[in-house]
Amino acid sequence: MTMDTKINEYRKMFPLLSDDIAYLDNAATTQKPECVLDAVRKYYERDNANPFRGVYDLSERATESYENARKAVADFIGAGSSSEIVFVRNATEALNLLAYSWCEDNISEGDEIVVSVMEHHSDFLPWKYMAEKKGAKLVRLEPEKSGAVTDEALDRALSGKTKIVALTQVSNVLGYANDMAHIAERIHENGALFVVDGAQSVPHMKVDVKQLGCDFLAFSGHKMYAPMGIGVLYGKMEHLEKMRPFMYGGEMIQTVHWDRVTYAEVPHRFEAGTVNVSGAVGLSEAISFINNTGWEFIRSREALLTKKAMEGMKQIPGIGILGSEKVQDHEGIITFTVDGVHPHDVADILGKSGVCIRAGHHCAQPLMDFLGVKSTNRVSFAFYNTEEEVDRFLNELSKVRGLMGYGE
Amino acid sequence: MENKTFYNEVVTDHNMHPLHKHELEDPDIVLDGVNPSCGDEISLGLKVSDGVITDGAFIGDGCAVSQASADIMLELVIGRTIDEAKHLSKLFLKMIKSEATPEEIEELEEAGALEDISHMPARVKCAVLGWHTLEEMIKRLDRM
Ligand SMILES: Cc1ncc(COP(=O)(O)O)c(C=O)c1O
Repeated sequence: MTMDTKINEYRKMFPLLSDDIAYLDNAATTQKPECVLDAVRKYYERDNANPFRGVYDLSERATESYENARKAVADFIGAGSSSEIVFVRNATEALNLLAYSWCEDNISEGDEIVVSVMEHHSDFLPWKYMAEKKGAKLVRLEPEKSGAVTDEALDRALSGKTKIVALTQVSNVLGYANDMAHIAERIHENGALFVVDGAQSVPHMKVDVKQLGCDFLAFSGHKMYAPMGIGVLYGKMEHLEKMRPFMYGGEMIQTVHWDRVTYAEVPHRFEAGTVNVSGAVGLSEAISFINNTGWEFIRSREALLTKKAMEGMKQIPGIGILGSEKVQDHEGIITFTVDGVHPHDVADILGKSGVCIRAGHHCAQPLMDFLGVKSTNRVSFAFYNTEEEVDRFLNELSKVRGLMGYGE
Repeated sequence: MENKTFYNEVVTDHNMHPLHKHELEDPDIVLDGVNPSCGDEISLGLKVSDGVITDGAFIGDGCAVSQASADIMLELVIGRTIDEAKHLSKLFLKMIKSEATPEEIEELEEAGALEDISHMPARVKCAVLGWHTLEEMIKRLDRM
């Protein structure tokens, strides 16, 4: 089978993908394959009941669907056990849960929380809020302009007072993948815990929490072919079991009396209320889809598309690419500016031709400040994108300045 | 697919060569407007005497639509009375909701070039940023 036929076979699995649009905003969210949509539908058609609450067969099946999904996630990221997987809505909720719960008992006045300036707002604001609440110091970790975190930068940020470090594995703006295992070692030598934002890495590379050596990992299902509304917080059991609940209510308790409450075991302690079983089932199916497609294929496709796009963009006058000059430093993400044209105009002009790209600050305003730009455009790939789509993007992009009144 | 765009000459021209995008000396009133969804910003200044807008200017940063629309607006309202400016502002907002008659659009002169924005919900906020800021200023002037 030629590459083109193979990709076309894959594209047919995604009902939304067609020739009308070139969907190049995959870092925001990916499209969903039929198998994921079917799994969600089948769950509701055959197995739906409130899990954990009924003793009848149907409820058992709902519980089993949910717990099987947990097992699939644990296997996917190499967790020690399923109990280390907490289901949440998305990476944002995972990071909020962690910051609220962990900092409450482990951060005191004068302690330091280290966060990089390239974090997505959802890996910045919860830490900032808790630091302020606890009288702790929020310490800036400054990467290179490429997104690379050097040993020197780490040394400057870490101190004897550092309690926890939060860092994204792949920046949603720069696309740079840091060597997390190496960084983890340094952080642990320093006696701090390491939180990895995997929202942009887990969908695009093999992430194994043991190899990474992280204490926590957060990611969203919707960026990896699963439905919106399901996400994951992985945590080492030794940490999770000491953490207090984040939300209170049904399902997260052992016993409740007027004057005495005991909480459920991990992970249920962190999953208050009726959970998102269909989302978990969808995520589990998305994981099978990724495994069946294979990392080698996914990664080689995304690298090829990124290379083609970046090389083409360098030929277009007035385009400035953020981050590293090297293609291999961009994990399917290229953020750029067009001289003299506001990013919203760029995205609008491309959008009118069916080319979907992102405009704005990408929820990373501190990074925009750091790089000295206000807002930018971003093109981001999934393996299902085609070389024709890249050509279409490049072709439309090359017209933008002309359309906005700049001569050639 | 044909590139259907409302980036017509009027818009691109006012964006690239604005007539009123500069600091205003001794303004009588200054007001900032922001559009948080896109991050467009303008700071609008007016000089007013005896109920007439004698001069106006803006500074800002944002997409072509927001910046051109503010420039076109100033070109239209400078030299007019506050009441006329209020009237034009109403017409502009009417046009953006696709409710204006051809005659009313005619009255808006160059601002009529933004008519097509009414079909682009994502850009409406950009187009009305200047006008909303102007309306808010007029309200404050009325109270002064
Ligand atoms: C690096 C990174 N972290 C966190 C998030 C937040 O993801 P979500 O909006 O799914 O919670 C995103 C997605 O926008 C991201 O790119």
